[in-house]
This record gives sequence, structure tokens and C-alpha cells, in this order.
Amino acid sequence: MIETALIIETVVKAVVVLSVVAAMGAFATFIERKVLAFMQRRLGPMHVGPYGLLQLAADGIKLFTKEDIIPQNTIKPIFIIAPVVAAASAFVAVAAVPYFPEFTVFGYTVHPIISDINVGLLFVMGAASVGMYGPLLAGLSSANKWSLIGGARAVIQLLSFEVVSGLSILGPVMMMGTLSLIDMNDYQIGGVSHWLIWKQPLAFVLFAIAGFAETNRTPFDLIEFEAEVVSGYATEYSGMRWGLFFIGEYANMITISVLVSIIFLGGYNDLWFIPGALAMLLKVSLWIFLFLWVRAAWPHIRPDQLMWFCWKVLMPLSLINVLITGIVLV
Amino acid sequence: MFEIIAFYTFSILVIGMFGIVVFSENVLYAMSALAGGMILISGFYFLLGADFLGVVQIIVYTGAVMALYAFGMMFFDSARDIKENIKFKKIIYTLSILSAIFVIFILMAPIYSTRVEALYPTIHGVGNVQMIGLILFTKYLIPFEVAAIMLLAAMIAGIVLVKVKIEETPSNIEVARGEK
Repeated sequence: MIETALIIETVVKAVVVLSVVAAMGAFATFIERKVLAFMQRRLGPMHVGPYGLLQLAADGIKLFTKEDIIPQNTIKPIFIIAPVVAAASAFVAVAAVPYFPEFTVFGYTVHPIISDINVGLLFVMGAASVGMYGPLLAGLSSANKWSLIGGARAVIQLLSFEVVSGLSILGPVMMMGTLSLIDMNDYQIGGVSHWLIWKQPLAFVLFAIAGFAETNRTPFDLIEFEAEVVSGYATEYSGMRWGLFFIGEYANMITISVLVSIIFLGGYNDLWFIPGALAMLLKVSLWIFLFLWVRAAWPHIRPDQLMWFCWKVLMPLSLINVLITGIVLV
Repeated sequence: MFEIIAFYTFSILVIGMFGIVVFSENVLYAMSALAGGMILISGFYFLLGADFLGVVQIIVYTGAVMALYAFGMMFFDSARDIKENIKFKKIIYTLSILSAIFVIFILMAPIYSTRVEALYPTIHGVGNVQMIGLILFTKYLIPFEVAAIMLLAAMIAGIVLVKVKIEETPSNIEVARGEK
């Protein structure tokens, strides 16, 4: 009986989280166009609905009804699987992320996390890094030179930045002594002065930069940069398959925002008079805004600059951070 | 009940994936199946309650197989099938099946004769990470450190080998500027 209840609860949670994250991802594309437009003194989408809000629906209809082209010479099964890998792994990563504090509905306590495994942080990062297989497989199976270059760039980017994000997160993990995201949240329960960002500022910056790289956001979007590789791995894709890649990318953005908020910015604890759930939403939206802001403000960097930056700046810094944390803790 | 269902699903998937790895003539199929199989193996760790090892399996093999992809990209045309040069098919198949059966016998014999018990059973309330840390830094400290030194040596060797080549060949930027 208890098992059945658990299964029903998990399925309901999974469906809710999946639909909410997918919807938020879709909404983020609209917000992105609006924010970029305002930063460039334009209006952005205005014609469909109030303030162009229904542009979202229009885009969705367009993506779903567009002809789905599979070009000649592609390796079909892999070509079809690649976008699914990108989207699915982004959603798998979401499974171990807690969003809100516990709450009670009709006398039933709900833990807003699908699966509370005690290595949550590692699981989220591992599942998110599997997402890089999407661009890689797409690039290799498309039979297109731009796609192949995009895929090759996906490999170097993942292999390099996985090192930085792993090492940078090591400092906070050493301080808190846990890999569970819920315990990390509880560690910072005492208000703003207990946030981990004050104790680990370097790790915060490094993790944020690695987060930008792992979600292919603008300073590091070299796997799909138009001026160099047309559309990178996605050159041959159209319709909903193309859309799946971007649902995956935006879901990853949300995951990274939630991770940063939980690890460094106090998580879903109450903030002054703001209740925890609302504080969490505010932090995540602030972080999404930062993603868009950086996209509007920063130029794109070359692959060799990326490698230089990753291996000669970020990695030594993260090692030093681990070393200093170790010395302080001992 | 669910454990049994999950175990058989994962087993069938993993065996199927590795079957594709061995029998496929296309590099891309083989490597994708390898990646899939390696990631699906983590399911067994999760079923056994070894969350940490499961996650490590995912993280390590994602990166490792991706490095393999990089080599595949350099050496093969992924769009074309590879002609394999196998002459004595029957001998190869019989030998591999025999050796597989041997391995199963060797592994099963101690399990069959004495009831196998876990040396370090999982304790409820103590996390995987703590348990592994305790064992790794007490009983297996020397093998652990030796492995670390070996990896360090391999890394230094790799850097030395590459560095010589980098200094010999001019970089793209220098060629473009006409400096070399």
C-alpha cells in the first residue's frame, strides 16, 4: 500500500516537474528575446498578443508543424536519438534537485524533490554532463562539416570544463561535508550572513563560469556560433528535433541556476520577510537574467582562448581554492 | 518486485548495448552503444544502494567514452562502415564463447560453494561517501596512493611528450602572422 502511494507520488512529482521546467524553459526563450531587445533599444516581439506574450504559442505551433527533414547520408538512428539525449538528460538531472521547502497539502507532507539520493550534487552534474552527448552525436551523424566541427568543439568544451566545475565545487563540499543538496541548503539556514558565497567567493565565480560553459551560453557558445560554424551541431536539424535541443539547453540553464542558488546563495531558506519558495524563485530568475545580460554584453571568444582560459586560468585557480580551503579547515 | 523488474530491464539493455558494440561495423553505432551501456551499468549500482559508485560510474565513463569519440573522429569516417578483416570466424566465436563460460565458472565457484557475505555491509544512516572514504583511507591506503602516483607519472609523461611537439610546430596564429 505504502509502495503504491510512493509510486503515485513520484509519478505525479515527475510529471509536474517535467511540465513546469519545460514550460519555464519555453517562457525563458520569450524573456530572452524581450531582455535582449530592451538592452539593444528595440521592442522585441510585440504583435502577437499583449506585449507579444502569445509569441510563445506561435513559436510552439511553428516548431511542431514544421516539416521534419532528415537529410541524405545522415546516420539515421543516431541523428534521431541525438536531440532526445540532449533533452532527456537535462530532465534526468532535474530529478535530484530540491526546489522548495517542504509544504503540506491536505495533511500530506510533500517534499519537492523527486528522488532524495545523498549524492544529489554529483548526480545532477553527472547527468547534465551526459547532455553533451546530444551535440556530439548530432555533429557526428549529420554528414555535414559544420556539424562535425560543432561536435568536436562540444567534446573539448565538456572535457575541459567538467574539470573546472568539479574542482571548484570541491571547496564548498569540503566545508559542508556533504553531497546532498538538501543538507547544503540546511547548512546556510541562518540568513544572508551564513550564505556560502561569503566563505567561498572564488569557488562561486569559478562554478558560475563553468556553468556558462556547460550550458553553451554566450561567451562560450562556440559549438553553435553562427559566424564561425553556421549553426554548429544543429545545422541539419529542423522542426521539433531542433526544438528539443533548445528545450534541453534552457532546462540545463534552470538547473544550473537552481544549483548556484542552493549551494552558494542560501537555497530556499527564508530571506528576511520573503518566504523560502519565493526567495528561491527570485534567485533563479535573477540568475536567468544574468545569463541573458551576459549574452547581451559580452563578445564571443575563440576556441583557443577558451582552452587557454580554462586550463591556464580557471583550473589553477580552482586548485588553489581547494588547497586554501583544506589548509583553513585543518 | 520492482527491483527484479529493474534488474532485468537494465540487464537486457546493457547486454544488448554491448552486443551492438561488438557486432556493429559502424564506429558511431559502436561508440554510442558503448556510452549507453556504460551509463546503464550505473543502474545496477543504484539498485544495490551504492549511489556514490553509480554516480561516479556515470561521470567517469561519460568523459572516458567522449575521449574515445575524439579518437574515433580523428581516425575514422563515421558515416561509412568499416571493413573488418576477420578470417577464421568459427574459431573466434568458439574461443570467445568458451572463455566467457570459463570466466563465469571462475567467478561463480566461490559464490556457489560458500555463501558470500559483504565485507563492508552498508550501514543505514551512514552515507556511501563516508564508508568509501573510511575504507579507502584505512585499509586500502597504500594501493590508493600508489594508484595516485601512477596517474601522476602518466600525466607528467603525457605533458612532456606533447610539449616537445608544441615547441617544434608553429601555432596557427604565428603562421597567419607570417612569423614562422
